[in-house]
Amino acid sequence: MEKHFVPKTDVEYTKQDFTSDQMVKWCPGCGDHAILAALLNAFPKLHDKKENICMVSGIGCSSRIPYYVDTYGFHSIHGRACAIATGVKLANPALSVWVNMGDGDSMAIGGNHLIHAIRRNQDLNITIFNNEIYGLTKGQYSPTTKFGQVTKTSPYGTIDYPFNPGELVMGAQGTFFARSLDVVPPLTTEVMTRAAEHDGCSVVEVLQNCVIFNDKTHQAITDRAVRDDRTIVLEHGKPMIFGKDKNKGIRFNGRQLEAVVIGENGITIDDILVHHEDTEDCGIHMMLARMGGDLPVALGVIRNVKKESYTQLYEEQMEQQMANGKYRCMDDLLNSGDTWEV
Amino acid sequence: MSQNQIVNKEDLVVRFAGDSGDGMQLSGTLFSDASALTGNDIATFPDYPAEIRAPHNTIAGVSGYQVHVGKSIYSSGDKCDILVAMNPASFKSNLKWAKKGATVIVDIDTFTAEGLEKAGYTTDPFTEEFERDYTIIKAPITSFTARIGEEQGIDKKTTEKSRNMFALGIIFFMTNKSLDQTFAYLERKFAKKPEVVKLNKAVLTEGYEYADKLEVIHSHIVSIAQAEMPKGRYRNITGNVATAWGLLAASEKSGRRLFLGSYPITPATDVMVELAKHKSLGARVFQAEDEIAGICSAIGASFAGALACTSTSGPGLSLKSEALGLAVMTELPLVVVDVQRGGPSTGLPTKTEQSDLAQALYGRNGEAPLVVVAASSSANCFYWAFEAARIALEHMTPVILLTDGYLGNGSQLFRIPKMSDLPEIKPRLATPNDPEYRPFRRDAEKFARQWALPGMEGLRHRVGGLEKCPDGPLSTDPENHALMCHNRQEKVDRVANYIPEQEVQGAADADLLVVGWGGTSGALTLAVEEMNKEGKKVAYTHFNYICPLPKNTGDLLRRYKKIVVCELNNGQFAGYLRTQFPECPMTQYNKIMGLPFEVGELKAEFNRLLEK
Repeated sequence: MEKHFVPKTDVEYTKQDFTSDQMVKWCPGCGDHAILAALLNAFPKLHDKKENICMVSGIGCSSRIPYYVDTYGFHSIHGRACAIATGVKLANPALSVWVNMGDGDSMAIGGNHLIHAIRRNQDLNITIFNNEIYGLTKGQYSPTTKFGQVTKTSPYGTIDYPFNPGELVMGAQGTFFARSLDVVPPLTTEVMTRAAEHDGCSVVEVLQNCVIFNDKTHQAITDRAVRDDRTIVLEHGKPMIFGKDKNKGIRFNGRQLEAVVIGENGITIDDILVHHEDTEDCGIHMMLARMGGDLPVALGVIRNVKKESYTQLYEEQMEQQMANGKYRCMDDLLNSGDTWEV
Repeated sequence: MSQNQIVNKEDLVVRFAGDSGDGMQLSGTLFSDASALTGNDIATFPDYPAEIRAPHNTIAGVSGYQVHVGKSIYSSGDKCDILVAMNPASFKSNLKWAKKGATVIVDIDTFTAEGLEKAGYTTDPFTEEFERDYTIIKAPITSFTARIGEEQGIDKKTTEKSRNMFALGIIFFMTNKSLDQTFAYLERKFAKKPEVVKLNKAVLTEGYEYADKLEVIHSHIVSIAQAEMPKGRYRNITGNVATAWGLLAASEKSGRRLFLGSYPITPATDVMVELAKHKSLGARVFQAEDEIAGICSAIGASFAGALACTSTSGPGLSLKSEALGLAVMTELPLVVVDVQRGGPSTGLPTKTEQSDLAQALYGRNGEAPLVVVAASSSANCFYWAFEAARIALEHMTPVILLTDGYLGNGSQLFRIPKMSDLPEIKPRLATPNDPEYRPFRRDAEKFARQWALPGMEGLRHRVGGLEKCPDGPLSTDPENHALMCHNRQEKVDRVANYIPEQEVQGAADADLLVVGWGGTSGALTLAVEEMNKEGKKVAYTHFNYICPLPKNTGDLLRRYKKIVVCELNNGQFAGYLRTQFPECPMTQYNKIMGLPFEVGELKAEFNRLLEK
């Protein structure tokens, strides 16, 4: 039985209810501002009790976010946000736990904690701010920096093959993965809301611009002039159509995905794949998450499948043992087994 | 048996040694349990290799278990009165632990040419000299056991596993003990395998009867003195289980959920294994993906309101260093159990040492004070775990509890407390909607902050690793940093106002003060007691509160002209004391062999110092 642990409220919160009194100190033009706004807009939609929301972050520019949200917050140490959040949720499953990390925080130093949180399907709402660079330390390449890119620590170009966060999520048996762009806050709000509604571990990747150290890194897809042709917003149950004129689609050609134009070469709408976010096998979701280059980058909810969460399973065991366990109190345990009187 | 001469003894040390998998740990446990149940005081010491099953019958695979039983037992004993050696390798590597004149029982069937070669013998180990110095019993354990197995139609592998019962039977005969306790254990343990119960009982009985038939044994039967212990209900307990139970008790007393985030590591794993059994008592155990996630999950759990703990050993504590700093900075209650082992690095995973003290005291970046306490016996791990939790919850600080492999794996009699007799624990919870609440506002006495839990109304706040000002927001102001550093130190220092004064045993005008801390108290107590009986004036003080030290520590140390600090490392506690009390001249006695102190070596050193 699926169970919701976070108490709901009838209070109609607004964005302002979640805005803290702290000055936001990100650089002007940083994508983080838009992601923060999207998050603040998502909270009122969820009707979770405000006191029960807990933001946990690691280290990096994006990890400052707990200070800017008027909830309980924990700005922890580099890479460990998932581990700390796991403890928060295990100690009190009634908390809605949000984890915010950058690409370096989540996939370099914190890679181990990320994949294990996903593998356990721990009920966390994870947002990865992916700007493909270490910003707070001023411009070193990260695990998602494009191959060959020149950065401060790769003056001759990186020779590191980058991670695609979606692949990591699928590889770790993730149950929810969505992607958005910092420049499209309504989509970010929508996928964050969907992520929070998902029982289990959800990962939202937001492609974010670092205006100082990696400016325009996502411009090839985010620029207004090309965005509609370079991205596709996936919607459950609907054909994968994109393009300024809504005449392009994704089909499976027997070997791989390809972008086609409806009406050309005999292609009809029936050839276009329909998106099913709930397909248990992650094969197609993996292909969708990998799209880029000649194919549009997939946005929206790419994968969303039901699977009992760690929280659910843990609380079931706890309840079972609390009800039927051998020992009711410490005096029982202390006097159990072989004991004798002197 | 009525015609046997029975010698009364105050105490007896038995050492079981065999190949890993020969069941020596079990034999030792069964003997100590039976002894405890029949009224002896006990202490045990498992001495096992890091390899689970090293090459069969080699020295590398020898596993030992020493049991000390008697009237008043402080330690697992220096050397044994009876040695059981199940193969040539265990005979070779353990003979050094036998007293001269000891009874040595070997499974003679294993002393074949091949067995001797594997153990590295080129000549017969039973030399004339050996046979003169020891009483040797060459028992055909393997063949006797095999015959019983055949009679009962049991397969060879299962039969071989019961060889240890034969040796145990001999020991029970020699110590004038009944087999009933062990029968009852076997019936419980193998309830679903009646054929195994039958086999083991038969082999145990056969060993007992074999001993009865041996002339030589009849002059070696001992009756071990009953323990003189305070009235009460008793049980046998290992240090790791006692630690787990102390944490559970603190959870019940404080009303805070117990959370343990840990990663398996020798010799600390059993703390997690034990707590994982007790979901019915509310224990929330999380086996994390690594040591760092172990402590970080605990810090998260603490933020959310649990009595949060993590258990580890030396290398794991190293990995937890950064997160410990976070716990110091966020001023969250946290108990870190470090079951110390030989280091550095992987070191001696299954051997004991006290060499993590410096790491516990100083192993963090920045000025990062926290509380360090140490248990000093397997049984009192219960109370020190409880005390560590009390300090953490009442003073809002991480506390490191140091135990060690010797305490953790060793066992002792434990006088069962009533939960109602344990002190109260009052966590410093904030009041919902308190308009005066600020995250780092302190109370005047303890200097501790209040604990506001997510879910509480009107207390939303942020904590983290960055420096904050008392009201909560971030601050890089130089004066504020100085103030906060001072406050965090002051909070830890003030714990000294809430702990008892340091006690000293022995004459006030003693010529020598012996100083110990942590897991060495058994051997130190005995050494000092024996020396005083011999007319020497030796005083002894043993520390459990390490940081902060009890307030009278300086006064106490200054009373003595000669001080010797004894510890199983290169002098970490001695160095710590010297920095605080440079006026006190201290010598040190150190041992870093992965082994506990022996009474004999301590006395020799103390006598040398007295003569100097």
